[in-house]
Amino acid sequence: MRSAIHFASAALALAALSFGAMPFAVAADTPDPAADAKAFQKFFTEKFPKVKLDDFVNGPYSMNEDMHRQWEEKEQFPPYDFSLDLGKEMFAKPFKNGKSYADCFPNQGIGIRQNYPTFDEKEGKVVTLELALNRCREANGEAPFSYVKDEMAALTAYMAFTSRGKPFDIKIPNDPRALEAYENGKRYFYTRRGQLNFSCASCHVQNPGERIRAEVLAPALGILNAMPIYRSEWGGMGTISRRFTTCNSQIRGVPLEPQSDEYRDLEYYLSYVSNGLPVSGPGARP
Amino acid sequence: MASTIRVRATSSGETTEVQALIQHPMDSGYVKDAKGDLIPPHFIQQLTFEHDGKNVFLADWGPAVSKDPYVKFSFKGGKKGDDLKISWVDNKGASDTTTAKIQ
Repeated sequence: MRSAIHFASAALALAALSFGAMPFAVAADTPDPAADAKAFQKFFTEKFPKVKLDDFVNGPYSMNEDMHRQWEEKEQFPPYDFSLDLGKEMFAKPFKNGKSYADCFPNQGIGIRQNYPTFDEKEGKVVTLELALNRCREANGEAPFSYVKDEMAALTAYMAFTSRGKPFDIKIPNDPRALEAYENGKRYFYTRRGQLNFSCASCHVQNPGERIRAEVLAPALGILNAMPIYRSEWGGMGTISRRFTTCNSQIRGVPLEPQSDEYRDLEYYLSYVSNGLPVSGPGARP
Repeated sequence: MASTIRVRATSSGETTEVQALIQHPMDSGYVKDAKGDLIPPHFIQQLTFEHDGKNVFLADWGPAVSKDPYVKFSFKGGKKGDDLKISWVDNKGASDTTTAKIQ
């Protein structure tokens, strides 16, 4: 496999040499997630040389000194506190059949946020934490929660909290379907859509730190590490699903169903390129 | 149920700094729900902080205060270990009270 890539790149290099350019170029259509992640992180660290790599998980607060000061004060009494307590309570409470969330997850669900989303080789699809939680409920005869807020946010807040500081460790198994899911997510991230014709990258790669009306845009690097978030603008908690759907409607596109294949792939891509950055969720955002 | 009030009060000798976070919907009465019906007003009308039998902070609140409000202030006096009593009453007559120790 590897030698095949080398062979391919050597062939390309020979071809490129005749143009006298880029002897180290790898064929652009060969997916290479590890190189993507490296380039992605390099882009942000070079764009913001003053921001430490681990600090990108603090979104807009890493971009703006004044906001950073306000945030430090806010963190003493974070607005997600009530949700976190609710999540802890819900997580510990057994289902009607006597089982609980802990039975559905490795390590009883504690300190595992950094491993999600995972690629399920049996199903051949990406499984996010939110999806895994609802599947756990359904497997135990409970009705699934709404993906966008309240209960789901409380549960994921608690699970993120128990994983704080652990570096994201998203794995792409040696399965062509996993690589395809990653590529689909990447394509979704960079594709323009909606009446405003924005891609995810238009705001979160090209313009982080800039204002969009009164808000400071968050960098895409580490953006999911802080999820779920309490957004003052929403007056409540929101999950990754809520973030994706509202981003889509804000650019005047039609949002997809939460946890549709595209969003799952997008979360897979976006989490993978933030590998190594610590979990900081639950977060608070203006 | 857990208290709706979170408090942290720290004494620096002469003054005491108080921070509090209160869980409350603070519905203004002007917002409509998904069906288009008005959500009836439901907000805290009075918030008091009592130390040593005296009110050190009293707020008459209205519908303009945001959901899950946060308050920060400081007052002269207060020693480590003193009690600080916090209570609120809303327009539906509901209330909650908690007592915190000054640290």
